[in-house]
Amino acid sequence: MGLGLSELWQFRDLAYFLVWRDLKVRYKQTAFGALWAIIQPLMLMVVFTLFLGRMSGIAPAGIPYPLFAFVGLVPWTLFSQSLIGSSDSLVRSANLIQKVYFPRLLLPASAIGSYLLDFVLAMGVLFLLMLWFGFLPSLTVLWLVPLTGLALLTSLAVGVWLSAVNVRYRDVRFAVPFLVQLWLFASPVAYSAQIVPTEWLWLYQLNPMAGVIEGFRWALLGQGAPPPVGAIVVSTVVTVVVLVLGLEYFRRVEQTFADVI
Amino acid sequence: MSSDVSDVAVTVEGLGKRYLIGRQRDPYGRLTESLWGAMRAPIDRIRRKPRETSEWFWALNDVSFELHQGDVVGVIGRNGAGKSTLLKVLSRITEPSAGTATLRGRVGSLLEVGTGFHPELTGRENILLSGAVLGMRRGEVNRKFDEIVDFAGIGPFLDTPVKRYSSGMQVRLGFAVAAHLEPEILFIDEVLAVGDAEFQKKCLGKMSELGEGGRTILFVSHSMPAVLRLCRRAVLLDHGRAVSAGPTHDVVRAYLESDLGRTSERRWDDPSQAPGDDLAWLKSIRVAPVGGGSGEEIDIREPIDVEVEYWTGVLGTARPSANLAFYNDEGVCLFISNDWEGRSAHDASGGPSVVRSTCRIPGNFLAEGRVIVTVAVSTFNPPVAHAIERDAVAFQIVDRSEGDGVRGDTVNEWPGVVRPLLEWRTETRPRA
Repeated sequence: MGLGLSELWQFRDLAYFLVWRDLKVRYKQTAFGALWAIIQPLMLMVVFTLFLGRMSGIAPAGIPYPLFAFVGLVPWTLFSQSLIGSSDSLVRSANLIQKVYFPRLLLPASAIGSYLLDFVLAMGVLFLLMLWFGFLPSLTVLWLVPLTGLALLTSLAVGVWLSAVNVRYRDVRFAVPFLVQLWLFASPVAYSAQIVPTEWLWLYQLNPMAGVIEGFRWALLGQGAPPPVGAIVVSTVVTVVVLVLGLEYFRRVEQTFADVI
Repeated sequence: MSSDVSDVAVTVEGLGKRYLIGRQRDPYGRLTESLWGAMRAPIDRIRRKPRETSEWFWALNDVSFELHQGDVVGVIGRNGAGKSTLLKVLSRITEPSAGTATLRGRVGSLLEVGTGFHPELTGRENILLSGAVLGMRRGEVNRKFDEIVDFAGIGPFLDTPVKRYSSGMQVRLGFAVAAHLEPEILFIDEVLAVGDAEFQKKCLGKMSELGEGGRTILFVSHSMPAVLRLCRRAVLLDHGRAVSAGPTHDVVRAYLESDLGRTSERRWDDPSQAPGDDLAWLKSIRVAPVGGGSGEEIDIREPIDVEVEYWTGVLGTARPSANLAFYNDEGVCLFISNDWEGRSAHDASGGPSVVRSTCRIPGNFLAEGRVIVTVAVSTFNPPVAHAIERDAVAFQIVDRSEGDGVRGDTVNEWPGVVRPLLEWRTETRPRA
């Protein structure tokens, strides 16, 4: 399929500068600056702990709830921010689209790339938190690399669709926060996937973020079963299919972006 | 034109671009609207309702030409003739609806000054960003960095956010980055309409330098002097078609002498051909000196009446208003004016009527030269332009004043886009 990957490669310098721009601009004129990358998941952790932490059965015993929640929140924040950022990326750069040619796919892709730094910062805090609670990471931490990749791939797959539809239908702008909220409830961020009834588990595991977050907990805290590789493979395949279809759709409509945006 | 195929840089064949117009569409399309349309489409098909072809507007229609390597070609034409659309299609920003354009070589396009600038970033950061956006490699930008800063003359402000720059500085920086692109084919749109006179001169210099260096340049402009100076050949567009092409002098003359360039009166006798929609459509527009005489050439001292007539449909409570915009022949908007706020007495009935609005421009106000008028009829709340005709009429202002005009007895060049006769009070006191 001619998805124009070689052309993307030609424009790699622009991709680099778009990520760089987003990073430079994101926390300009804020008092806390890049601390926001950490404050957001930390605040959610506090909220979850206050309201859900004492509910029994929601999280496995033996792991302090704040740590349990934070391990889920770090990949979740990466995913949700990238999703929001990429679905808005084309409209945000309307002026560029109308004035200069480049593969439009760079915009949603680079929007996602720019959240990786936030993620790295949050991971730093996560390791400190683990030490504080007396957890030491083992070699399973290597699993984080493919799991993070899957989170990014998922946000790209959905972001490519949403960004392109957003060009014509600004309804996307209103739907995305809602979608993200629903997705949060459908992912084991605040609770453990073990409370999902077994007969529904197959459906639940189609959500790639379920595998990612459970995988993070297992890799970092040694909690729960090792990642259900079968489920992860299935959800990866689903994600790749959504992504490829999205890229096809994107290719088809990008020619008219400048006229419609 | 030589017929050597090997040095052809740009081939344009039957190029066309159409847009959907007509019904005032919500620019933010709504999903429900399109769902409704999708549900209705099969019904319409059963009823054999013909698709309304009048809703398609060809901004560019069957344009063909060839540029050879090293050609510097100007594209001229009235506002809305399709010049900018041509550049957008050629630079791949939008897809043509018909025809093909083949480009051989690295393409750079410059459709605005400061493409890709982010106001929060510093001058230094924006040079890197804009360079990348315009297609420069990272190493290339770094290599030319000092040259760019020099050309823009922003040295001391290099680390200041661009949002704190004056608009002049932003323009200079934007052009400086673009001027250091090294494409083989360069498309430029009206960049010279901005910036101060000195900087414009610098830009023109840089552009002729690029042209002499063997670049192929397509240059869209309203400024006849700039086109004449830079381009050996030119293309004249009218209503999306290339109506004349050849040596610049011939094309510019054709433009100025044609109906497109100069006529002080236009009427649309056939309402179906008149610009407008169901609510308002144009009938005529006429320019005439108040003292009588030709509208083509008007003495600078003479007040001028611009008379607009239009038909209205059933408007309800909406009140139509005639709008006029005046441009000089460098494309600078001199001023705009409209008759809303009840200055005209046509709001008695909401029924169909013929409205005549006349705008009087005082004598001793416009500067010498050609003045081009765009006319529109709109309603407000929400603002909708029902009829618009760009560059509808034009007239020439001549300064034959003999000591009673603005410039008194001097015969020197008198700059300025207007030449108003103003009241002065001068007091002279003995020095203490």
